[in-house]
Amino acid sequence: MSLLQDKQKYIQSHGLIIAFVIFILSVSFLSPEFLTLGNILDVIRQISITGMIAIGVTFVVITGRLDLSVGSMLTFLTVLIVDQHNIVGPGIALIFTVIAGLLIGAVNGYLVGFLKLNALIVTLAMLSLLQGFTLLYSGGSNVNVTNPDETWFRIFGRGELFNVPAPVWILLITTSIASFVLLKTNFGRRIYSVGGNETASFFSGVQTRWVVLSAYVLSGLATALAAIIMGSRVMGAQNTIGQGYELTVLAGIILGGTSLLGGSGTIWRTMIGIAMLGFVQNGLLLMGFPYYIQWLVTWAVIILAVWIDLAAKRGSVFA
Amino acid sequence: MSRLVSLLGLGRNIESDKSARNIGAIRRIFKLLASNYIWIFLALCIVAFSVSSPYFFTVNNLSNVLTQGSFIGLLAVGMTIVMINGEIDLSVGSTLALACALAIGLQESIGIWPAIVVALFSGVLMGLINGLFVALSGMHSFIVTLGSLIGIRGLVFIYTGEEALMTEDFSYTEIVEIYIGPLSLTALIFFVFAALFQWLLSNTKHGREAYAIGDNQKSAHEAGIRVKRHKVINFVLCGTLAAVAGVLLSMRMGTAEPNAGKIWELWTIIAIVLGGTRLIGGFGSMWKTVGGVLTLAVLLNGLRLLNTPNYIELIVMGSVLILALLLDKSLSSKNQH
Amino acid sequence: MNKIVLTAERITKKFPGVIALSDVSFTIKAGEVHALMGENGAGKSTLMKVLSGIYYADGGTIHHQGDLVKFTSPKEARERGILLIHQELSLSPELSVAENIFLGAWPTNRFGVLNKKLMNQQASAALESLGCDFGADMRVGSLSIAKQQMVEIARTMAFNANVVIFDEPTGTLTEAEKNQLFAVIRGLRERGVAIVYISHKMDEIFEITDQITVLRDGCVQGTVYTRESSIGEITKKMIGRDLDKYFHRAQSEIGREILKVVNLAKNGLFSDINFSVRAGEVVGLYGLIGAGRSEVAETIFGVRQCDSGQVTFDGELVSFKSPKDAIQQGMTLVPEDRKEQGLILGMGGRHNITLPHLERFSTMGVTGIKAELEVFDEFKEKLDIKTTGPEQLVADLSGGNQQKFVLAKWLCAGPKLLILDEPTRGIDVGSKSSIHQYIAQLAEQGLAVIVISSEMPEVIGVSQRILTMANGRLVGEFSGAQMTEENLINAASGLAKVC
Repeated sequence: MSLLQDKQKYIQSHGLIIAFVIFILSVSFLSPEFLTLGNILDVIRQISITGMIAIGVTFVVITGRLDLSVGSMLTFLTVLIVDQHNIVGPGIALIFTVIAGLLIGAVNGYLVGFLKLNALIVTLAMLSLLQGFTLLYSGGSNVNVTNPDETWFRIFGRGELFNVPAPVWILLITTSIASFVLLKTNFGRRIYSVGGNETASFFSGVQTRWVVLSAYVLSGLATALAAIIMGSRVMGAQNTIGQGYELTVLAGIILGGTSLLGGSGTIWRTMIGIAMLGFVQNGLLLMGFPYYIQWLVTWAVIILAVWIDLAAKRGSVFA
Repeated sequence: MSRLVSLLGLGRNIESDKSARNIGAIRRIFKLLASNYIWIFLALCIVAFSVSSPYFFTVNNLSNVLTQGSFIGLLAVGMTIVMINGEIDLSVGSTLALACALAIGLQESIGIWPAIVVALFSGVLMGLINGLFVALSGMHSFIVTLGSLIGIRGLVFIYTGEEALMTEDFSYTEIVEIYIGPLSLTALIFFVFAALFQWLLSNTKHGREAYAIGDNQKSAHEAGIRVKRHKVINFVLCGTLAAVAGVLLSMRMGTAEPNAGKIWELWTIIAIVLGGTRLIGGFGSMWKTVGGVLTLAVLLNGLRLLNTPNYIELIVMGSVLILALLLDKSLSSKNQH
Repeated sequence: MNKIVLTAERITKKFPGVIALSDVSFTIKAGEVHALMGENGAGKSTLMKVLSGIYYADGGTIHHQGDLVKFTSPKEARERGILLIHQELSLSPELSVAENIFLGAWPTNRFGVLNKKLMNQQASAALESLGCDFGADMRVGSLSIAKQQMVEIARTMAFNANVVIFDEPTGTLTEAEKNQLFAVIRGLRERGVAIVYISHKMDEIFEITDQITVLRDGCVQGTVYTRESSIGEITKKMIGRDLDKYFHRAQSEIGREILKVVNLAKNGLFSDINFSVRAGEVVGLYGLIGAGRSEVAETIFGVRQCDSGQVTFDGELVSFKSPKDAIQQGMTLVPEDRKEQGLILGMGGRHNITLPHLERFSTMGVTGIKAELEVFDEFKEKLDIKTTGPEQLVADLSGGNQQKFVLAKWLCAGPKLLILDEPTRGIDVGSKSSIHQYIAQLAEQGLAVIVISSEMPEVIGVSQRILTMANGRLVGEFSGAQMTEENLINAASGLAKVC
């Protein structure tokens, strides 16, 4: 009995990895290119921006809330850093971008955490506001870095260390730090407790409003870092560059098994979710499927993953 | 509207204690206005734009506003009943695009009307898929329809080959060029559906059950209401209306862009929330939604007429949405005390 | 002799880890009010949910009006005339009175269009027979709680019920509303309806019921005629032994004043609250639900802000902006609702215990797991908590063990004042007893303790002094031999003079 339970528990908590490994193995069987170091690094580089944002949004989702504004925020911050790069130079532009990300996160956090407004709607409104600000700032035209080959700003998106692209390094380092903060620190503990039971956390002396606000600030910070990579890689920005990122990020987080109700989830699970989306996309392309098949597959993967997770938890397939 | 009628009914027997009744009536009118504040806001917008632009308050322009608003409007009508259930449908924009693409893409091979039927049926089917996933799996509709938002859009891209489809037959675009007075066929269809759904919500078993389920699913189930079946029906209704909007859009444009209706689900949610329907379920009406849709359309149109740059509308929309939330919060907390 | 309407025989119901009902047999007669008593967790609500079709029994049979019945949904039970009036009203505020009365059985034509006229007529008739003065077409959300309850009761008329089960119906009612409800219940009884009345308020039970059945730990302890019984007998059946052997009252030395509350008031909730608590003292705070007890405690603890008044804590004038401030000063509150306010159910015991004092267990913001585990082990042993380990989710534990974790959470930082709001609600007798014992032990070690409870035997059993509250005011103070059930009831229902 207890052995069976252990087995069930094991599959429950590691089912995601098992599914991931099975997927990787079967694709590499079908396409020999798939499991080469070059291809793997390529995929990780491609998902680095989504992954970066997802780290921040995971904090928000664990508190039981949503952040739909990250896509627009990415657009805004990328336009900001690229344009400011030409005006005040890369160093100050970086600082501006990070401060702007923190501020936008703080506004979201204040509206959701302190004024207790619905997170979905607030961040939706922020999505609209930031789209507006982007157009206001850029005047509707695309911006480009004027000296893409000379500026040191290029290292974030185009640099390499030990043959590994810089975005991969940045993603790895950020993932480790965020994981540490979430799992090992008091702050991380409070993030989980607020998502698990906000009232009980408040009764236990947790300053729940501040915890929610900080989660949104982290989401803003992560998006700012993503914008730095994006700007550095593209060396330019369109007014739609970040469109749809909020949904991809959310899809990755859900795929990682993080409940939208809050209180559960980890950074590495989110990363597996994001990586799965990235590898699915890459694998399907390598196998010669048309590009948009991956969206259909994403649909199926999300439904299957969450359904299996739920079914395992309640012990029956149907609700 | 129904509340207005009962208010008038109250006005008729003021006989007994006139002053007390009057105070009661004034308070009631205030309450009524407060709970349907979107119509006041709409009126203010109309007045403001009429004053500031000579082109706004013309039959031609207003007719245009109604037509433009009808697409989001149709999506919103379907989504409102889903939201009263306490669920959400993020896939309406993709479903609209699919119907739009099918209506145009199939014309050549099977003819205009059969293509329209297939397009509408695609909406039914997408709604059914969403509804069944929600009911059978127990997943939250946010996740289910987030998946289908992505997946259905993928279908559209695959079907269209990533290019805009164009109709060969220009008589197709003339189907919607029917006007009844200033009202276009598109706007008429929107209003008919809104009225029909309001009637459904207030007079039929299904409609009243929507409130009971949205308010407390468990006690609705215990009272013998078939919650799952009810939800599936609502998702089907929502998908169908999205397809109707898609077909109408294809007629208006004569083309089907694979990106048609992108992020319209968000505009739809904005319109509904602006109207006052709550995301948590159990509360809302089509009148609120129509108010929200029209306000959105008037705002966008008015701002464009004033030649404001396009970012202004986005910023105004975001701010108005947050203000609506704050207003709703202060109103509902006042009601509690 | 009245006719038997419903017989339940050898009903058994199991939940994961608990046997909620074992071999329970129970008979209800027409024209009788039958009380069902027992402590929280004794199985009263489970039994009623089985009878009304919400739960399906694992074993046993139910006969209704002579037929063997097996309900698979509340709808089937309702169709046979068995209705449960819930403790928390289950009405939809956006629907009309009539729609709520007939919820799930609305008259429609064959296209699903409601026949509102017919429905309103029938609902009006039902409301009229109850003497209600509001219209059937009103929105339920606009009615007061008492009127909403009448809407629920009107269902019994509308469905022509023959068995009506009231689950703690007077919890949120005023005295006048309660009397109106009792008039309605007597009316139902005269019409030959069989009524089950669940309550733990002794005065109500002896006022309205004809028979009493007592449950303890899922077993029937006996059925008696109300007029032949006494509060003492029922209490003994409920807790299984005599009161004085059951509770542990602290034998401690009273020390310095820890808490002093002066003229504390919060608009609409309470006013004129004055009392003090000393080190080593266990003070009971008794009152009916809605009297304002929890609100006072929460205000002192910083969950809410007071409008006026002063709180002195350990010699210092304080005004806590949030629980965090209170905890830092050494004040703790074990809240009323364990699952909503007390615990993070999705976390393990270790995480729950240290949550309020993370700073103590960490260096530079990094949580020290070793220190956490030490505290976990210490309290696991001290309070005899049954858990498989520090990571086992508290959601999977029994109510008693959960409550012990709540206690551990507050005690591990060595507080000066411990406020316990309903410390033993819904937990088994064994855990209850050990929690009471522990409370006494804490007081003997010099802790100041406030015990808030609506279970009279508990308040009397553990307190050295009892304050009673009614309608947001302190209305009595009793100590020593004055601490009797009668005095407390009189004070709490507003009959005694203000002390």
